[in-house]
Amino acid sequence: MRDVLLVRYGEVFLKGANRPHFLKVLTDNIKRAVKPLGGHVWLSDSRVYVSDFDDLNATIDRVSKVFGVYSVSPAVEMEKDIDVIAAEAVKMMAGYSGTFKVQGKRSDKKFPMNSMEIAAEIGHQVLEANPNLKVDVHKPQHRLMVEIRDNAYICVQEIMAVGGMPMGTGGKAALLLSGGIDSPVAGYQLMKRGVRMCAIHFQSPPYTGELARDKVMQLAKKLAWYSGGMRVYLVPFTRCQLEIHEKCPDELGTLITRRFMMRIAQRIARDFGALALITGESLGQVASQTMEALCCTDAVVDMPVFRPLIGLDKTEIMEIANKIDTYETSILPYEDCCTVFTPRHPVTRPKLETMPRVESKLDVDALVEEAVAGTEMVIVEP
Amino acid sequence: MARAYLDNSATTRPCAAAVAAMTKCLTEDWYNPSSVYKPSVEVFRRVREVRQLILDTVHGALCDLYFTSGGTEANNLAVLGAVQRMRGRQVVAVSSVEHPSVLAACERLSQLGHDVRYIGVSRDGELDWDALEKALSDGASLVSVMQVNNETGWLLGGERLHDFVNGRALIHVDGVQGYLRVPFDMKWADMYTLSGHKLHGPKGIGALVVKKGVKLQPQHVGGGQEGAVRSGTENTPGIMGLGAAVREMVDMGPDMPERLMEKKLRLIEGIKRVVPEMIVNGADPTASAPHIVNIGFPNVRGEVMLHALEGDGVFVSTGSACSSKKLKVSAVLTAAGVPAREAEWAVRFSLSPHTTEEEIDYAAERVGVQYDLLKRFQRR
Repeated sequence: MRDVLLVRYGEVFLKGANRPHFLKVLTDNIKRAVKPLGGHVWLSDSRVYVSDFDDLNATIDRVSKVFGVYSVSPAVEMEKDIDVIAAEAVKMMAGYSGTFKVQGKRSDKKFPMNSMEIAAEIGHQVLEANPNLKVDVHKPQHRLMVEIRDNAYICVQEIMAVGGMPMGTGGKAALLLSGGIDSPVAGYQLMKRGVRMCAIHFQSPPYTGELARDKVMQLAKKLAWYSGGMRVYLVPFTRCQLEIHEKCPDELGTLITRRFMMRIAQRIARDFGALALITGESLGQVASQTMEALCCTDAVVDMPVFRPLIGLDKTEIMEIANKIDTYETSILPYEDCCTVFTPRHPVTRPKLETMPRVESKLDVDALVEEAVAGTEMVIVEP
Repeated sequence: MARAYLDNSATTRPCAAAVAAMTKCLTEDWYNPSSVYKPSVEVFRRVREVRQLILDTVHGALCDLYFTSGGTEANNLAVLGAVQRMRGRQVVAVSSVEHPSVLAACERLSQLGHDVRYIGVSRDGELDWDALEKALSDGASLVSVMQVNNETGWLLGGERLHDFVNGRALIHVDGVQGYLRVPFDMKWADMYTLSGHKLHGPKGIGALVVKKGVKLQPQHVGGGQEGAVRSGTENTPGIMGLGAAVREMVDMGPDMPERLMEKKLRLIEGIKRVVPEMIVNGADPTASAPHIVNIGFPNVRGEVMLHALEGDGVFVSTGSACSSKKLKVSAVLTAAGVPAREAEWAVRFSLSPHTTEEEIDYAAERVGVQYDLLKRFQRR
């Protein structure tokens, strides 16, 4: 008999022939997550188990943040003997009061009792032993789960995890990471769908300082936890901004700047092997995020641009930022890369046709080339 | 690494003597000065020597000295500790450009029901003497003014303040930016704050010099060290480092401030030569502290200038901190009536006796180069 952590996975169930691959990735990710705590992780019979951990709460915390995990339960593993199981169940339920239900599950069909019989027998014994409990099979306060697999497992607590798809099963993309509230959330949302990513950050010294860079690195580190490390590309962007400021109409400055960012990001993304770009834009949030403006920025790249926050309100985005613990870092008052360059009255309904004419004063290719060539890559450890 | 470190009002590089004194204390003389065996008594004696050394530098024969963790703690102790020993509601007068460690202590006094009067300062760093007179005639029992303003170099607390107050209230002078660079005499004040790391000593050590007879409510209680005013085992490595730094400053001779002033004027001249449109924020440079000058570079935000100079190895600071949502400008400059737009341009250069002419000339040259570049790109 020993304590284990029982890990349930969600959507991975739905994968047909690919399921073994997804499960292997998931199990490896859980192994990596618990490695610093020294747990043993294995996959068996549609559950992942963790045993031999020193600190249960820390293990739960880490495993429940692994994408693809639906929920976790601290459980007791024992031999498949109904008397032993009943005795453990009585022990586990001793401190509880209110209504409960026993849910039996039997994947080992050689076990002499079926799920219903198991539930009835265990329920009977628990009820006998604990007068503070009543049975409610419809809306119980506590659900005692008894699973008969290679071994028998019982658990009563179920802790919901992040869900999503195992990291690395969703392809590779490049995240435009600004240091604000939105972009780390956008990255998280797609990481949750299993996407592995690098981050691209634009720096504008002397308009931005070392603190702004440190802040972005802190945000990248938070995201890197989920992927076990992350590459951050730091792009020198001052030259582009100064050229745009000097040669383009003020009201189009931000939009042209965004177009340069997308061009440079696509170049870096290709080198990284990414198939898509990710941004934290939300429709209508600012002038450069109107539908017309997004059309103008998308027009300079061939890659798909994923905008997971497009339909979210700022408050909803802030809620997720709080949940993933990036909010406090995001609101640190460093930046702005460029209050000097922000036009007072940016265009909100730009016309795509005018863009080439406006940009004709700039040597677009050379500027992009220079920025890409000067880019510095830093690996952020989780 | 810095090629020109001109941010000595933020902190200074610990001098070799201070580092050596601290190392010796950490490796050999690490005994508790309160213990009674010989090595401890020896440490106790050394602490007493440093105490005396510092008292001598401010003519503090009739004073006690309490070591603290730094300027902030000493300012808190002076303002809170003095008022807490008085009966009833007190009127306290402070200048509106004090360091946050004084202003925050005053805020706490306000919350406790005391009447705090904030005395304004003119653009030249002149206290609003009429307002101070009003506070005194309303019965102010404590006046707290800094000796040297940390952002502008204004000379605020000293003989003139003492003569004006004329014994009507206790005087606390925050000497963190002034100590040893502007002469001070304890006959001008009842309490005086100083800090180690502003004069090439270590961080984490400071002191409050207090005239005998002034009663302070301790803000730390415990084992009764420092005359029970500041409990806690003495930070002996810090004290030894501070002592060594003070000794070195004193050894530079009485004309050190003059030489420092020459360097400051050289810097201002050098910058003026390459940026004629520059603005000195604050008083006439010859009438302010010899090591601090605040300069505005028209139409270039101080923070941008700072980062540009940083790229050339010139380290300075701004009077303003930039926030992502709105620009916050220096509270000191604003309090002194500098328009918000101009306050945004402010850059503070602060020197130390160790600053070299090469550093000054290099910094001035880089300021010129960077200003020429940056002034082209202004927000339209």
